[in-house]
Amino acid sequence: MTTAHLTDADAAVADIPDGATVLIGGFGTAGQPMELIDALHRHGAKDLTVVNNNAGNGDHGLAALLNTGNVRKILCSFPRQRDSWVFDGLYRSGKIELEVVPQGNLAERMRAAGAGIGAFFSPTGVGTPLAEGKEERTIDGRDYVLEYPIRGDFALVKAHRADRMGNLVYRKTARNFGPVMATAATTTLAQVSDVVETGELDPESIVTPSIYVDRVVHLPGVSELAREGAAG
Amino acid sequence: MTAEHTERGCLDKDEIAALVAADIPNGAFVNLGIGQPTTVADHLSPDQGVVLHTENGMLGMGRAAVGDEIDPDLINAGKVPVIETPGASYFHHADSFAMMRGGHLDVCVLGAFQVSCTGDLANWHTGAPDAIPAVGGAMDLAIGAKQVFVMMSLFTREGTSKLVDECTYPLTGRHCVSRVYSDHAVIDLTPEGAGVRATYGVSLDELRMRTGLDLMSN
Repeated sequence: MTTAHLTDADAAVADIPDGATVLIGGFGTAGQPMELIDALHRHGAKDLTVVNNNAGNGDHGLAALLNTGNVRKILCSFPRQRDSWVFDGLYRSGKIELEVVPQGNLAERMRAAGAGIGAFFSPTGVGTPLAEGKEERTIDGRDYVLEYPIRGDFALVKAHRADRMGNLVYRKTARNFGPVMATAATTTLAQVSDVVETGELDPESIVTPSIYVDRVVHLPGVSELAREGAAG
Repeated sequence: MTAEHTERGCLDKDEIAALVAADIPNGAFVNLGIGQPTTVADHLSPDQGVVLHTENGMLGMGRAAVGDEIDPDLINAGKVPVIETPGASYFHHADSFAMMRGGHLDVCVLGAFQVSCTGDLANWHTGAPDAIPAVGGAMDLAIGAKQVFVMMSLFTREGTSKLVDECTYPLTGRHCVSRVYSDHAVIDLTPEGAGVRATYGVSLDELRMRTGLDLMSN
């Protein structure tokens, strides 16, 4: 497919099955594909494994998805936040499984999945509780721990602008996990605030090439601030 | 020889931040951890030409944004809106941590619950059974930069030394801290142990007594 399928949020998530692993972009609310998450919530897929840097804020978005029991397991680096009461409650009552992953390992494990790497040795976490039970190796005098890829069935990311082929540009620190997650999932859904004709994005400025993007959801006005200043 | 400043009181938080800032080399690429380390930025002079890294994907991070500058797409690792400085760049998370893990950052400044005399760091988890573990980028930061500075008070409220022979809290990283900046002393950490560069409000001998540690004079 050379053209990403332009669709609405509900249609974009309609084939996400129960039990899927879903990579969800964002660092806090920056880059969080809120409307796609809400659509996934309405869709109602259950028994999901979710990968996100955090474990939901407030009562909306990811927190709402957790609150209705749609998520079996979450992989993240920083679940505990001032406003993560939904996750906190589920965790303390044993209703959700948690895998805490150092933030850089989380990103690199998804990068590895997208890049066809079978596993890699990381110096992060050596000698800590998060390395327990993992294979360690000393290479050139430095200690490393073996980390495996994290693959998604679906990735939900938020970018600033897409062209009709699905090439993406992001905006400032809202880029965060988006480009890596887009490579690591079988099917990638991007919500964007702007769609332009193919050829209108500067090829030098494209961050996520269209090969990684399957569906684009155009949500004009979602990011009013995102209008000015971005490349492309 | 340790510089013993016994004629004055111990350092306050602002003075600690100023000391750290003064020791950051000109032109260095630096990551300032969330919390107290962030205040080091207030003491960096523009002449130092220091470039700040934030692990959520930016080099050339500026001060906190105010008023119309606030942009929800431009935040630091503490999720505080910031501004960009000339020459700033954006990159994704895997690149941001590759830059750190790959040893390209010159200095990282972190807080700590405990630091061992040989540079082990504990700053992510108290180990309390009901605590929800949350590590963020702490373990990546601890082992990534060429030099890791820790800013902390040397003693807990109960008077227990946070510089210890062996950390009792779960580790963030092994042998990763190169120097501790505290209210009572600046201390270099090496595989051979802790060497005190300077004391504030106490003598080296008092410090040895209060910490119960075999502190060397640097």
